[in-house]
Amino acid sequence: MSRIRKQSEYEKTFAFRFFRWLGGEKDAFVGNMEMQPQKEYVEEEATIEERMKDRKQVIAEAYDDSHNMELRFFNVLYKIFSIVFCVALVFVLILTVSHLPAVGDPDRPTSNIVSETYITDGLKDTGAVNIVTGMILSYRAFDTFGETNVLFIATCCVMILLMIDEDEIKKNKESNDRGFEPKNDVILQVVARFLVPVIFLFGIYIILNGHISPGGGFSGGAMIGAGLILYVAAFGFEKTEKFFNEHVYKVVKVTALLCYGCIVTYYFLTGANGLECLIPLGEAGKILSGGITLPINIFVGSEVACTMYAFYALFRRGGL
Amino acid sequence: MEIFKIILLVLLVVCAISVSFSKNLLNSILIYMSYSLIMSMIWILLESPDLAVTEAAVGAGVTSVLFFVTLKKIHGLAHNPEEESSDESN
Repeated sequence: MSRIRKQSEYEKTFAFRFFRWLGGEKDAFVGNMEMQPQKEYVEEEATIEERMKDRKQVIAEAYDDSHNMELRFFNVLYKIFSIVFCVALVFVLILTVSHLPAVGDPDRPTSNIVSETYITDGLKDTGAVNIVTGMILSYRAFDTFGETNVLFIATCCVMILLMIDEDEIKKNKESNDRGFEPKNDVILQVVARFLVPVIFLFGIYIILNGHISPGGGFSGGAMIGAGLILYVAAFGFEKTEKFFNEHVYKVVKVTALLCYGCIVTYYFLTGANGLECLIPLGEAGKILSGGITLPINIFVGSEVACTMYAFYALFRRGGL
Repeated sequence: MEIFKIILLVLLVVCAISVSFSKNLLNSILIYMSYSLIMSMIWILLESPDLAVTEAAVGAGVTSVLFFVTLKKIHGLAHNPEEESSDESN
């Protein structure tokens, strides 16, 4: 709709066509392209028989090593060479490993100024007692941001491949969801009722203590995702949808990624320009410390948990 | 402790080889699961409990479950002939 031009004039402009395409009102291919429904592929019996005959003949001629001396010789040679190749490969790899410098050797080339700086300045710079998490999530936060994006894109790809329409899910609910297994398995339900809360709690504990103790966003998120999968396997999708459906999934996933991007951008901008970062480092060893490590851990954790659950749900029934 | 480590490493190699030699796909997945569990124990012995937790959750949990679901989708779990025939008639 344009207020300046007339309707007929406006319809000729590029903007009108663009917004029509954006709103999905008109398919660009309808009318401009010939379209035919796909024909079902039916193979005639005669061609099937011919194909089977051809195949049998090819197999009989190609693998007839009782008459074909050349073929028999080749087969023996092939086996010998494959064994020799495997042994040689193993030998070369073991030789390479044996020439690597020993673990913890002070003269090894990797123990240079980089790791030294991480170890000596890590606590002061990041405020995280766990040096590994502090390093991954503040010195190399941009790297981890890429990894989190990889998770996001991976779920998108699985969605493109496996997502089914809503109506189809409803129609095939029973057959898709619970094909062969016994419905409402009592043992699984009782075990899940005790285990799922513990798994969730442990996952949240690992995420929140990522900067103090071993662990972090990825480990805790994977645990929560596994717990969600156990819950779904025991109680079905209907109960899970009450607290974790497609809407919640979208909101959590996109918010986590966006917040992560914003925090990292802010942190890097202030750090690169020598400005003061407003996120306090806090007292080392406390839960509320570690600067940007704690919020980023939470975002990575929720992202990973969503990814794990989405993979399972998409594989299982083609929808969230 | 050293003996325990060696036993774990030998079991790891045995699992890795038997995954590829097992004829039944279901057995392969179960052996792969035990491979991940042994690997997570080795991570603990190597003093990296965070990796151990991740390996147990992802390797033994989520990946194997995804394999199971895929096997079910391609009807690799059906053993008795009745179910197979009913699948074909659908």
